[in-house]
Amino acid sequence: MPVESLFPRLEPLLPSVQKPIQYVGGELNSQVKDWDAAEVRWALMYPDAYEVGLPNQGVQILYEILNEREGVLAERTYSVWPDMEAVMRANGIPQFTVDAHRPVTAFDVFGVSFSTELGYTNLLTALDLAGIPLDAADRTGDHPIVVAGGHAAFNPEPIADFIDAAVLGDGEEIALGITEVVREWKAEGEPGGRDELLLRLAASGGVYVPRFYDVGYLPDGRIQRVAPNRPGVPWRIEKHTVMDLDQWPYPKKPLVPLAETVHERFSVEIFRGCTRGCRFCQAGMITRPVRERSITTIGDMVDQGLKESGFEEVGLLSLSSADHSEIGDVAKGLADRYEGTNTSLSLPSTRVDAFNITLANEFSRGGRRSGLTFAPEGGSERMRKVINKMVTEDDLIRTVTTAYENGWRQVKLYFMCGLPTEEDEDVLAIADMAKRVIRAGREATGRKDIRCTVSIGGFVPKPHTPFQWAAQCDHETVDRRLRALKDALRGDKEYGRAIGLRYHDGQPSIVEGLLSRGDRRVGKVIRAVWEDGGRFDGWSEHFSYERWTDCAQKALAGEPVDLDWYTVRERDEVEVLPWDHLDAGLDREWLWQDWQDAVDETEVEDCRWTPCYDCGVCPTMGTEIQIGPTGRKLLPLSVV
Amino acid sequence: MPEGPAPAPVTQRLRVRYTKRGRLRFTSHRDISRAVERAVRRAGIPVAFSGGFTPHPKISYAGAAATGVASEAEYLEIGLTETRDPARVRADLDAALPPGLDIVDVVPVRAGSDGSAQPKPGAFTDRLEASEWRIRLEGVSSDDAAAAVAAFMDAGTIEVERLTKKGRRRFDVRAAVHSCELDRRAARAADAPCAILRMVVRHSTPAVRPDDILTGLRQVADLAPPSPPLVTRLAQGPLDADTGGLADPLDPDREIGLPSGDDAETARGPQRPQPGDPASADAVSA
Repeated sequence: MPVESLFPRLEPLLPSVQKPIQYVGGELNSQVKDWDAAEVRWALMYPDAYEVGLPNQGVQILYEILNEREGVLAERTYSVWPDMEAVMRANGIPQFTVDAHRPVTAFDVFGVSFSTELGYTNLLTALDLAGIPLDAADRTGDHPIVVAGGHAAFNPEPIADFIDAAVLGDGEEIALGITEVVREWKAEGEPGGRDELLLRLAASGGVYVPRFYDVGYLPDGRIQRVAPNRPGVPWRIEKHTVMDLDQWPYPKKPLVPLAETVHERFSVEIFRGCTRGCRFCQAGMITRPVRERSITTIGDMVDQGLKESGFEEVGLLSLSSADHSEIGDVAKGLADRYEGTNTSLSLPSTRVDAFNITLANEFSRGGRRSGLTFAPEGGSERMRKVINKMVTEDDLIRTVTTAYENGWRQVKLYFMCGLPTEEDEDVLAIADMAKRVIRAGREATGRKDIRCTVSIGGFVPKPHTPFQWAAQCDHETVDRRLRALKDALRGDKEYGRAIGLRYHDGQPSIVEGLLSRGDRRVGKVIRAVWEDGGRFDGWSEHFSYERWTDCAQKALAGEPVDLDWYTVRERDEVEVLPWDHLDAGLDREWLWQDWQDAVDETEVEDCRWTPCYDCGVCPTMGTEIQIGPTGRKLLPLSVV
Repeated sequence: MPEGPAPAPVTQRLRVRYTKRGRLRFTSHRDISRAVERAVRRAGIPVAFSGGFTPHPKISYAGAAATGVASEAEYLEIGLTETRDPARVRADLDAALPPGLDIVDVVPVRAGSDGSAQPKPGAFTDRLEASEWRIRLEGVSSDDAAAAVAAFMDAGTIEVERLTKKGRRRFDVRAAVHSCELDRRAARAADAPCAILRMVVRHSTPAVRPDDILTGLRQVADLAPPSPPLVTRLAQGPLDADTGGLADPLDPDREIGLPSGDDAETARGPQRPQPGDPASADAVSA
């Protein structure tokens, strides 16, 4: 059956919406494959605005991997802004892909990548606009299988009613695996319908199908147990780990949009995983072990990506990029290659270490000099021990002094507020640290124009981390501590004007906390918020805390649980957590011990350089640490 | 902080005519400038950069059609650090740009073509005295449109109001309109009932835009199209007061001896999809 483009109906409506270019597609390196020649068709979504979603690496990688395969087609779709949603509803235009403007409901698989839980209401908008029933149970053979992925999918229970399946971990191989299961099932004439397809996916072991698991509750609201409700379905669902990233050098052809987006650069993931062991960091826990790309693959990817895209900036991505075993040679090699070409190189996520200034010096040879950012995360020495951020204040001062001596005039410092065991003085210590940074900078350079910006995020306890049992700090306390910090900085005559402070109020973190550690009962809250008009919860101009609290109260009225129960309540060791049947490889006992160590302010070293501390991931998942050095160097590019 | 070497000087300056066709009409000016910068890099064109901490490629734009407005005649100027064959630059840059952003003409700036050794700033934009516009009004009959145009052209002044960057402004739109007529033949050939206007409008301050003229048409004759009109800039250039036509603004830069306008005509030849042509709308996704 041919699927027609919706564009002729869409085009006359575009002049009436904001930034219409985001809906027209046609990005460089995007592709439109023949619909009828494809056996399996994926619609991939990043559930946020185009300007945020387009640069997303996960979606770009899957888009390319799937489209490379014979008989497989993938197109992309993003959340439409409320003005466009109104226009689409008024004109009966369904959620469409930007590649060929095909209706999402015509695809076999609708894959949605959740970097953050705040995209859940946007999922409901997309499903509703697509004409796909919100309740997975109401869907028929006419609807795609809705699959959630991304970091938030490590606890998909709050959206369990709305998705057909969830996938944990690296998507490259499992996306192809799902494709094969769908292809086979379709080739056989779709035996057993939708249910059979989901059962085949679940039985394969790598796909979580929530409807095949029943959740029982205790009278006090805690979970009694989660168990499969039919034979052939595994008790636990494991995450996926791609080994040997050199075999998966994607994106090869980065998407280059016409519209302005949040990241205008070619990004190369230089390694995946992190074992620094920061206890607040979900990404560091669920992406283990560390797997490096080799220096030569990185060099090839940068070369090809720049040629294919025309970008003038390269970002070397990872959770802690300076930890790559050959980062010095990577930095020098790339700086040598691109010197004089007005290509700038950036290294996000740097740790507090003077070595980073050497790297930053290399990177700024290309011409442009981006800012320097460090993340001590905790203001006091005690706080940093609790979160296992092994950085002393002297380390930081040494590092920023080197930076100022090397010509930088401004550094950015990231912190969190609301961490477990935090007291007022831990947050006020951020002010003392910032003042010391300015003082050190002035002494080192003899200049007065030294600045630093302090940026603070609210801490949200996440599943599969040692803090999964912790009570989230209430937003009143977070706001009070931030106000006190602001007063301490503003009131300082000598340093106050040299220090900038950026923070958000604490309410959105509570909602993120509800969605992060929620169970299936939270789905009712999400639906109520969406029905009440909730959209784009990650955007302060759209977010309404009152809407979330009102809807939580109403939707959970008949339950023994409420918003506080999900957020500011500490869990004990034996409580069944909603994600306990989802396996990130982390040993539960190790996580609990790490939580106790946190409270005792005991630090844990990185297993890349010290003996294994038995977090459990490598043996459970059959994986291993893959790091260099390879000893190879980047050679100059030959001119063709 | 190490200072980089001084940027390489400009040795050749090229004037480029490009289009905004099909769905690419929804690009903003900023979208286009990013797309051009990247295409220049991909095509390996030796663009010159400004100095300083944030070097910028030396590419400047003469006016720009608004977001949503299609165009056959937009202009930019690019400074190169090495001399290149303009025809080669045209082909390479065109290949590196998305379909719809098409490069139709590249001409080296002729030293002294503006009466001085160095081209004066603004000298080229001075040549862009007027634009020729085509406005397609969906669901409007040619007779209704003709009556409205007649009333418009008969009026002495037509004051409209628009929110500009400097706040609400009231200005006359009639004086800037040099000519305005109905293209009945094109309307008859169109795929849906519509009226098609063609008009030559002088560039003035404040700028009189096609939507201002539509506001004027609504004021004098109640002409209110049911959906947003499709506006296309067909040409920009010096206005010949006698014929009412527009000359090619790149002609003064062309080598003496070449028939003027010849390059432009061949480059924009019939093999390229034209806006309004259904084929061009699908060019991006097909």
